[in-house]
Amino acid sequence: MGKILMKGNEAIGEAGIRAGCLNYFAYPITPQSEVAEYLSHRMPEVGGVFLQGESEVAVGYMIFGAAACGARVFTTSSSPGVSLMCEAISYIAGAQCPAVFVNIMRGGPGLGGILPSQADYFQATKGGGHGDYRMLVMAPASVQEAVEMVMTAFPLAEKYRNPVMILGDGLIGQMMEPVEFPEHLKSEPSNKDEWATNGMETRKSKKRNLVKSLFLDPVKLNENNLILKEKYERMKREEVRYEPYNTDSDYRILIVSYGTMSRVCKTAIDNLKAEGIDVGMIRPQTLFPFPEDAVFQAASKKSCRMALSIEMSMGQMVEDVERCVHGRCPVKWYGKCGGEVPTPEEIMDVVKSCLS
Amino acid sequence: MGKTFKRPEALSEMDSHYCPGCTHGVAHRLVAEVIDELGIRGRTVGIAPVGCAVLAYNYFTFDFQEAAHGRAPAMATGIKRVRPDLVVFTYQGDGDLASIGMGEIIHAANRGEKFTTIFINNAVYGMTGGQMAPTTMPGQRTTTSPFGRDVKDVGMPIKVSELLSALITPAFIVRQSVIKPKYIVKAKKAIKTAFEYQLERRCFSFVELVSTCPTNWGLTPVEAVKWAEETLIPYYPLGEFKTPEQAEGGSDAK
Repeated sequence: MGKILMKGNEAIGEAGIRAGCLNYFAYPITPQSEVAEYLSHRMPEVGGVFLQGESEVAVGYMIFGAAACGARVFTTSSSPGVSLMCEAISYIAGAQCPAVFVNIMRGGPGLGGILPSQADYFQATKGGGHGDYRMLVMAPASVQEAVEMVMTAFPLAEKYRNPVMILGDGLIGQMMEPVEFPEHLKSEPSNKDEWATNGMETRKSKKRNLVKSLFLDPVKLNENNLILKEKYERMKREEVRYEPYNTDSDYRILIVSYGTMSRVCKTAIDNLKAEGIDVGMIRPQTLFPFPEDAVFQAASKKSCRMALSIEMSMGQMVEDVERCVHGRCPVKWYGKCGGEVPTPEEIMDVVKSCLS
Repeated sequence: MGKTFKRPEALSEMDSHYCPGCTHGVAHRLVAEVIDELGIRGRTVGIAPVGCAVLAYNYFTFDFQEAAHGRAPAMATGIKRVRPDLVVFTYQGDGDLASIGMGEIIHAANRGEKFTTIFINNAVYGMTGGQMAPTTMPGQRTTTSPFGRDVKDVGMPIKVSELLSALITPAFIVRQSVIKPKYIVKAKKAIKTAFEYQLERRCFSFVELVSTCPTNWGLTPVEAVKWAEETLIPYYPLGEFKTPEQAEGGSDAK
């Protein structure tokens, strides 16, 4: 199959199906409603399940229920809706079930706006819901990458028995780009008989399974949290993804940027290069686990005088950049978070002002 | 003569944490007996609520999931949609179902989700320590209505079975009680009918059980049964509120 032109949201829906996920529950919210609209006709075509829930709260638990009985399942939403799903995400992580959540971010806080934003970085990478849990968070910078990340997300969710989030901004959902779909994934969660409530009689062991996150014994709860922690440490060892850009040059400024924002930064970096100014960039593709070492190494380069976190938020990822740069150079933030996407010219000006 | 009264296979041997005089044990046993009689233990998934029955999974011997407060009907929806062959029931109290989970139960009922809900109505929050519930009676003292439920301030107790029966979607909605043997017989029949409708993949089925909570009512078990019979049952009348046959216009089409 060759390339086709597709809107990001529709491509994300199709990617779910091609990842072998035939179960989708969602609630409409701008700017991601096209995923639900698309799957409302595509799921019946492929014999899958489509259901519009009564709220994002309920949808979160429809996902939990389905995931807990071993089905591959996903949902999509946008920032205020994801806030409501965070309760279920915490329960799913605590009970160790695999599920995929897509957040096509819009501006906040509150109702905020409906235009692109990256202001849910904290919510996605640091918690959102209560308790000691993490999600594996992937941030696509194109429709093609969104498709590939959605298809990667399901096996990863199953590998770790943990929620995985695709954190895209409104532009990724709304723009149309050429996209080519990878081969279908067919596999089901392989070890589900060990934990899923898929009916005792279907399992060889004939032992019943419990899916729960309640551990009234403090020792047992601590043990469960240590199991979760070990998974998150393993993610840090095995799942870090990032793209370096112009890092072979003797850059004096290092940009750290992700998603749509990183594409604008690339244009700015190319334009600056034409003017004789080298700027390097690390584009995290996973926000958790964060490319800690890559950012540290890039900031440690002899020529590097400053690291610049550029994001469509009022300064969230910059805290991780500061943490990882570890004092090797000053760290600054630049961003906007009302729905405007900073232009290449703005980024160029910011870089130049840092050099002057 | 052999043993005629046995522990149902679906019920575990674990001692329960329920208080003396609590009727959760009766309700658990009825559900377990019905699951045995229908031979569905191997494909049943129960959903535990938040409340005293959060530990219900310790007392049953089949697959169980644990929901957040009020969310059991959404979880049951998720399971039934992706695995319609599984038999799914939620077991919820009045704080869980009628307060924080009212949205989920109404919409699940209205979609006609093909699972069963066992609703324990004892007019009070149990596990959190006897706070006022949406089903608390007028004037009833609880730890958050120390002067008695003031209906001018917080409204009248919600009759959940009647409320759900107002939905147009076909459903089986029944209220029975587990406080005395004469009620228990009818309660078991209602639970069995509810599961049978589910097995026919016919409609949402809902069994409300008027129950006791002597600990949080501040009564002895015997006094609690008397209070439930004299105060709760007149306000929460027993019987079938809705059957799918009625809602389907009298036809018996399946």
